[in-house]
Amino acid sequence: MEKFAPVKRSEDGQPVRYLIVDDSVFARKNLARMVETFGGQVIGEAGDGVSAISEYERLIPDIVLMDITMPQMEGIEAAEKIVRDHPSARIVMVSSVGYQENIVAALQRGARHFVQKPVKPEVLYEVIKYVMRDDGTTPQGAGAGAGA
Amino acid sequence: MRMDLIQPFINSADAVLAQGLESPISIENLSMEEEAYRRKGIAAEVCLTGEIEGRIIFDVDLGTAVQLATRLAGVEVSETDELVREAVCELANQIIGNSVTTLNDQGFHFHVRPPTLHTSDQGSKSSEDTEALVMCFNTSSGNVFMNVALRYHRRATERSAVAG
Repeated sequence: MEKFAPVKRSEDGQPVRYLIVDDSVFARKNLARMVETFGGQVIGEAGDGVSAISEYERLIPDIVLMDITMPQMEGIEAAEKIVRDHPSARIVMVSSVGYQENIVAALQRGARHFVQKPVKPEVLYEVIKYVMRDDGTTPQGAGAGAGA
Repeated sequence: MRMDLIQPFINSADAVLAQGLESPISIENLSMEEEAYRRKGIAAEVCLTGEIEGRIIFDVDLGTAVQLATRLAGVEVSETDELVREAVCELANQIIGNSVTTLNDQGFHFHVRPPTLHTSDQGSKSSEDTEALVMCFNTSSGNVFMNVALRYHRRATERSAVAG
């Protein structure tokens, strides 16, 4: 896997903390592996929208990577509920179903960005940097492999 | 079966498998299945509802599934590891999700359910309305089968409107 300059939180220089939400254990593990190469820390995982909301409340992560098609409650509805209670929540939708309507619905309901599966690490890296920009976060050091 | 419904699945399987496995893919075979579906190994099923209805089964033998999971996870995965099944479901999800994206952007509106493991050995037989097309993709990890049985729902609506 490519080498990326770590993205850190500007307020304390600590790693960005992630909550990964996907009904596929395989997808969660792959995303976790990817964000760890960006210097991130996975602090929680959830397999559906309902658990995503409770895990968000419990952990208050810096970024949520959220799938759309999931059992019980889909990702867009979960994102909307999280953002309603936490307007500063940074939610990035990560889904294989990336048609225009879905992307617009996700953004209108509070998601900050959309990444289509299969995820290319360099694309996700650029999105993470973009989403964290209001935190003033910048990658530390050189050697970023981003080129999205 | 309408080829404009099928082509996105072929393109998407080609793109997703080639990206994930980092090697070229070829279509080995494409045929209509008249008999009932018979599972070949680990199979993930995705159902669609809306203007396009039906199901797609993504099917690989165990050896191929282990190789796919190992390649995609970047770590050695054994036959008994649950990750093997999870990898097959996730690949199905990505291929079908990408196809659905193309079809929706072309104006077909429908909903996708999350993939589930297809555990029975046999499935239902094709019908006049829901023909099954079987595609075999040759990859560096082995053969991957996709069995697509879809019905264009608007056609039925139009037919009943004419009859009425």
